[in-house]
Amino acid sequence: MIANGTGKCEIQVLVNGERRNVTIRSADTLLRVLREQLGLTGAKEGCENGDCGACTVLVDQLPIKSCMMLAIEALGTTITTIEGLHDTPIQRAFIDKFAFQCGFCTPGFIMVCHSLASLYPNASEETITEWLQSNICRCTSYQEIRAAIESVIAQS
Amino acid sequence: MIAFDFEYYKPATIAEAVRLFSQADADGKEPLYYGGGTEIISIARLDQLHTGAVIDIKGIPECNRLEFQNNQLVVGAAITLTHLETSGLFPLLGETVRDTADHTNRNKITVGGNLCGKFIYREALLPFLLADSQVVLANEKGIRRISIHQVFNGEPRLEKGDLLLQILTDSRYIQLPFATIKKTKLEKIDYPIVRVAGLKTNEGVRTAFSGVSVIPFRSLQIEDLLNNSSVSLEQRIENVISSWPVPILSDIFASEQYRKFVLHNTLSDIMTAFERVSV
Repeated sequence: MIANGTGKCEIQVLVNGERRNVTIRSADTLLRVLREQLGLTGAKEGCENGDCGACTVLVDQLPIKSCMMLAIEALGTTITTIEGLHDTPIQRAFIDKFAFQCGFCTPGFIMVCHSLASLYPNASEETITEWLQSNICRCTSYQEIRAAIESVIAQS
Repeated sequence: MIAFDFEYYKPATIAEAVRLFSQADADGKEPLYYGGGTEIISIARLDQLHTGAVIDIKGIPECNRLEFQNNQLVVGAAITLTHLETSGLFPLLGETVRDTADHTNRNKITVGGNLCGKFIYREALLPFLLADSQVVLANEKGIRRISIHQVFNGEPRLEKGDLLLQILTDSRYIQLPFATIKKTKLEKIDYPIVRVAGLKTNEGVRTAFSGVSVIPFRSLQIEDLLNNSSVSLEQRIENVISSWPVPILSDIFASEQYRKFVLHNTLSDIMTAFERVSV
């Protein structure tokens, strides 16, 4: 795939089960394209530096910080954003455990937790800690977030 | 956002990648090979890097291999740190990369990007230095295989246009007793102020370092001092620190004195642990 560096090109990406056409620069990040062209604003612009995790989406089931991925890299992959999750166990758990305050970091955390629970339904404490360290919450809902993912793991 | 435009290519073969690089270079585009892209994206966003073309290596089959072949572990440059860790194929390497960046970022960071990047830490390099690995490089002149020490011990010394394809490691080093300790200023997810990786062989303990100086490295002189059993361990460590071959960093993470203090304790921990282990 060659993109003209001085212009834009149209590509098709698979997002939340739908094939969507977007017009991108090669330098556009996936985060920007999701938010500005597809209206999927669940992934947030936090630090745009790969630190906070508020932009986390799933790429082929693995959590990826979408600010650290070029949109053009999405070709041939399956992207899932928070908008693509509907009444999943982890979303119910976040509500049950009051695992958010302002909600800004919540989509990113839910994507990480959903992937963790899907790929490692018997995840250990250590693994949960390792995965959760990828995201930051400034309202400090960490204990509640941990309780939410632990409750999902326990049920599985 | 990245404020400048660049071309993006994703070749399917080594030859195509090298050709694209050469052409882009001839056109004055200052091309870069692109693995996980985390470093390129984050530095480009800050306008501290400019390129007219990136060549994504993730489509090249040779760069995606992770397997044993002929008693060697083949690690493709496009293999992510998460994949390295979860494979369990090289325990020292897996443990070392396990606390490099955070888990989500490790899903994107590649071993090739970590070795060839501009960040000074390059922690994934240390196990390969200890195991005397070889690197497979490609450029316009062809493919060559050389010792990792020739190109990556210290400052990277790749030739322009060199594409890192794979790192090859003799399997006899892979199951040896090892230790890898990372000390950060405060947070678990942070750059190291001291990272020491060690490997115990029949000839003695090998050590490699990151975060202490501006380059990650392995030094035979340091190993001779550490393995000199005619001297007490305490004195050996003092000798190592006083003979440190490159300036010790002093920055916002830690002063030189503090790094020496942490290095001393880390070496003590590692050597003490190795004394209880036989090869």
